[in-house]
Amino acid sequence: MEALYAVCVGVLTAAGVFLLLRGRTFPVVVGLTLLSYGVNLFLFSSGRLNDSAAAVLGAGSNHADPLPQALVLTAIVIGFAMTAFVVILAMRARGDLGNDHVDGRVPEIVLDSEERS
Amino acid sequence: MQHLILLPLILPLLGGLLMLLPPLTESRVRQRNFALVLSAATMLISVLLVQQAQQGETGVYAVGDWAAPFGIVMVADRLSTLLLLLTSVLAFCSLLYTFGPRDEEGSFFQPLLQFQILGINGAFLTGDLFNLFVFFEILLIASYGLLMFGGGKTRTRAGLHYVILNLAGSAIFLFALGILYGTLGTLNIADLALKVQQLDPAEAPLVRAGGLMLLIVFGLKAAMLPLQFWLPAAYAASTPAVAALFAIMTKVGIYAILRVFTVVFGDAAGPLSHIAGPWLWPLGLMTILIGSIGVLASQDLRRLIANLIIVSVGTLLAVIAMQRENATAAALYYLLHSTLISGGLFLLADLIARQRGKVGDRLVPGRGVGQGRLLGSLFFIGAIAVIGMPPLAGFVGKVLMLSAASSVAEMSWLWPLLLGSSLVTLIMLSRAGSTLFWNPAGKPVEILRAHPVQLLATVMLLAMPLLLSVFAGPVTQMVAATAQQLHDVQGQIGSVLPPMTQLVEVK
Repeated sequence: MEALYAVCVGVLTAAGVFLLLRGRTFPVVVGLTLLSYGVNLFLFSSGRLNDSAAAVLGAGSNHADPLPQALVLTAIVIGFAMTAFVVILAMRARGDLGNDHVDGRVPEIVLDSEERS
Repeated sequence: MQHLILLPLILPLLGGLLMLLPPLTESRVRQRNFALVLSAATMLISVLLVQQAQQGETGVYAVGDWAAPFGIVMVADRLSTLLLLLTSVLAFCSLLYTFGPRDEEGSFFQPLLQFQILGINGAFLTGDLFNLFVFFEILLIASYGLLMFGGGKTRTRAGLHYVILNLAGSAIFLFALGILYGTLGTLNIADLALKVQQLDPAEAPLVRAGGLMLLIVFGLKAAMLPLQFWLPAAYAASTPAVAALFAIMTKVGIYAILRVFTVVFGDAAGPLSHIAGPWLWPLGLMTILIGSIGVLASQDLRRLIANLIIVSVGTLLAVIAMQRENATAAALYYLLHSTLISGGLFLLADLIARQRGKVGDRLVPGRGVGQGRLLGSLFFIGAIAVIGMPPLAGFVGKVLMLSAASSVAEMSWLWPLLLGSSLVTLIMLSRAGSTLFWNPAGKPVEILRAHPVQLLATVMLLAMPLLLSVFAGPVTQMVAATAQQLHDVQGQIGSVLPPMTQLVEVK
């Protein structure tokens, strides 16, 4: 289970970072979302992965660490709000700047290739 | 009086919410007056807290009465209360400035400003790393709103960069917190300091990775070298009152670096002690260099001031990297001075820009400044203070920092860069001043007068370096005591954690 979990976190983070480095706002927003998924999974695992452990203290001798769950919940809420904000901001930038590039202008390489095609 | 610690958080929170409700939300004038009362109250409370903390007692507030390592604590020690006072003074002056004619359209300015203050105060007061993350997010989301306030192309572009960078920073912050919690089993700063001392050497590399990831995040907030490119555009684009308040934002990052890497990874951390020093030192010095280049390349006054902030950040980081008590004290003195003066200069730049008509704050010959003598003298005072010439506080701060460098290696790197950056600042501010005031291309069409309240706010901030140098004796004693308390790791652990938990061994 640990290996699968680690691979999931790794793939999500790698995909997130890759998309974050793109030039247009939409992939960047998706990248941020994937990155926050990876982060949330990672944060959850910081309390160690347990099989069949009670979530509540006192219900048995074997119990899961409740704190990372609280941390993840907080992180999810904050991440959700921030994503909503960045989506609106990206749309606003599309309207204000006339294109959907993060830098607010279309790079010359893209312009060249569009002219050729 | 024990609940006093929570008031700097509750006042802006409730006040900001109240402003959104009917009696206040209908009129912007009422909102502004209410905000001013709130801000004055927060300042008063900060003064009381500073007084309490300067007597040497660390106020600890356990939220919900859950004791330290289990619950969240607010810690009001010398350092956090000092920065709290700095924030409230700066916020009061910025707020006063919005009483002038250019209170931009939009009705959420004042509530956002209060939430911003809430986030900053929270970041200074909290004694828990995850709580620090939460307050960072509060101050960030408020700052997104404030930065974009008024709209327009440049603001949107600067804002988009700022938001995306900070979201990526938050992800890294959470990764770091996950690593630290997974290895050390706690996120309370004092408890972390204790657990690091008892750490299994096999886990040390992981903790080091977590700690250095925190440095990336705080470096982004503080505008440390590879992460500083967002700052000039963002600060130059925002409205003057916001830019002045944002002068404290980089200092939040510096405070976090100071707190985490002096207390958690400080002298007592065994193999992990001073892990930030080898990174902070070269990066800080290079930040000074890149800031100076930015100062030389600036085409308008606000961008120039924003680059001066980067120079001051680099200076502070390099001095903090020495991780000695006297260096920290010198850095704290300079931090007080540089925050207030850059806030004041941002306000002054706006006053000047508005009297020059279309040219604005661009450093080209344009219409003369209406109140040239008055604003020119203020600019002169501000310039002297920020360059670090006697008799103002910049000079005292820079002398303290120069004398904090003790070894030959430290001196040979810090001295030329610090003095060189001062020279560059001197040259550029002289050029800016002579272009603005002595080289007008035409007479001012009509004599525009600065709004008296705005002028008052600017003068208040610009007078602070004077006060800091007049009262240099007591202030240096205060920062020395602050630095001593910060470097006394065992003392901090003792004052935050109840004695029982310190005896319990890690399982």
